[in-house]
Amino acid sequence: MRLKTEPNLSEPDRFYQALIDVHRELNPEQSECLNARLILLLANHIGHMDVLSEALKIAEEIE
Amino acid sequence: MQKTYTNPVYPYVSSADLHAKKAVHHPVVIVGAGPGGLALAIDFASQGIRTVILDDNNTVSVGSRAICFAKRTLEIMNRLGCAKRMIDKGVTWDHGKVFFKEERVYDFNLLNEADHQIPAFINLQQYYFEEYLVDKVAEYEELDLRWNSKVIAIDSRKDSTEIRVAVPDGEYTLTCDYLVCADGSNSGVRSMLGLESKGQVFQDRFLISDVVMKANFPTERWFWFDPPFHPNQSALLHKQPDNVWRIDLQLGWDADPEHEQQEHIIRPRIQAMLGPEVEFEIEWASVYTFQCRKMDHFIHNKVLFVGDAAHQVSPFGARGANGCIQSVENLVWKVASVLKGQAPQALIETYNTERQQGAKENILNSTRATDFITPKNHISRVFRDQTLRLAKNFAFARTLVNSGRLSTPCQYKDSPLSTVEQDTFDSPLCAGSVPKDAPIAVYDQQDWLLNQLGTQFVVLVSLDIIGPEETSEIMQLSNIQNLNILVTGPGILPDVIKSKVTRIDCTKGALVARYDLKHKTTYLFRPDQIISGRWRECLSQTIEKAMRRALGFELDTDVSDRQTKTCEVLT
Repeated sequence: MRLKTEPNLSEPDRFYQALIDVHRELNPEQSECLNARLILLLANHIGHMDVLSEALKIAEEIE
Repeated sequence: MQKTYTNPVYPYVSSADLHAKKAVHHPVVIVGAGPGGLALAIDFASQGIRTVILDDNNTVSVGSRAICFAKRTLEIMNRLGCAKRMIDKGVTWDHGKVFFKEERVYDFNLLNEADHQIPAFINLQQYYFEEYLVDKVAEYEELDLRWNSKVIAIDSRKDSTEIRVAVPDGEYTLTCDYLVCADGSNSGVRSMLGLESKGQVFQDRFLISDVVMKANFPTERWFWFDPPFHPNQSALLHKQPDNVWRIDLQLGWDADPEHEQQEHIIRPRIQAMLGPEVEFEIEWASVYTFQCRKMDHFIHNKVLFVGDAAHQVSPFGARGANGCIQSVENLVWKVASVLKGQAPQALIETYNTERQQGAKENILNSTRATDFITPKNHISRVFRDQTLRLAKNFAFARTLVNSGRLSTPCQYKDSPLSTVEQDTFDSPLCAGSVPKDAPIAVYDQQDWLLNQLGTQFVVLVSLDIIGPEETSEIMQLSNIQNLNILVTGPGILPDVIKSKVTRIDCTKGALVARYDLKHKTTYLFRPDQIISGRWRECLSQTIEKAMRRALGFELDTDVSDRQTKTCEVLT
């Protein structure tokens, strides 16, 4: 299975706002922890190691 | 101060080899009488091979050291006749708890499969394990265990090995076909040969201690991440026999080992961990830095390295001693087959191939556990802590929590000794994996499958009916040398083959289910019980070919290496 990089979010603007909102009241440390939990939850939902590896690779290469 | 156990002192006995005019030759000399060396000796004896075992000390392990023995180790010990004492004395456990800060995050149960002869894990101090092995060695007249005998020089050549041994009353020289080194992580033989074990030292220190408690803590493995009694570090509590509890406390890299080992420093830490009212005495304590390393090659000419001398891991997951015993079993039948002239020299090289895989697997698992327990940087600590927070309510996160992945046997999936599977099976076993045990009856006597396997090649054939065709195949199988035949299934054995096979019956359904047995299903097991192939047809030619393959006759080597060599073996 491949990582989807074509648009896939049903409501992109709403998701983006929710992502910003959830961090709004947090200090950087808390945000870091929340992001970690979010990654872990989403990674488990995706499940497939090859998809996760591809996402890790793209995320790494942009830096 | 140790009170529950007194180390035996084994007497030094002067060997006739000391007074021999010329260096005495032995087929196999073992260096080191720890768990590896002793198990090697007993396994060689089970193959009828005489060995000399040299140890530079005169007692068993000082301190409990390796305490957790996994099913596969116990199965191997059972074949060697040593498991009963271990299991009787040991603490059998299958429950555990994981704590994070003040909270209990979750409980686990190893959920062991029913209908196995051997438990999944026992805890037993290493000194008991070694003592039982020493006692077993003493039962074999053929085993020559020499205490206070230190190897001080070695001359290793392509086809010969010579060693110099220092003993209390002098020095002597020995020659051998094979020198097997199980002389521990600081292997003297390895150093003398200028060989290295390479890898990673973890930047952390742990206090390992044994305490005797009157308190009735449950027989479980408790692991704390960042507990209030020991902030920012980890702690482990695990029960051993004699009311002794193993306590591991992570200290951090900056800790001073000398300082930390003092009783007045240890005591308040352990008191805080156990609670103010618990009475305890400290039996033994030691500060460790963990290493994960291995040799690039476990064989140098005719010197073979086993256990910590060859591969060393951090203790999380109990992969040190357990990995060592798997290496022992892998090595012995191969060397024995070559010594008996039943296999080419090249077979021994597969000890390296197969056990490199095992060592890499163990190092990978224990490195991952160590990384989880000791996060290397800020962000890995964030992920570690958030994983633990999620684990309280979400099962998925518990699969990420890693306080040690407990030792499971290596599956030699790509072994050149295995015959590639062509047929379909509804069973997790495969060529290269260890067999699963199952309750059976042997001529109406309750028994276990694993008791029928090992030391020799064994073929298991399931037959619903035994007509002329099946009888003929069994007859041909019985002509293959050094092969035991097990027949199971409802088929009635004709008189002509009755004396050539062992009849086993599946008593609780487990044998049929675990091996997905149907009419004519056939499994071939190596002398170390590993499955070397399985088929839906029972064809003696196929089995014979698979057996030759498992003995190394199909290995891609020079013709010159295929010459076999015989030597003196016990009869």
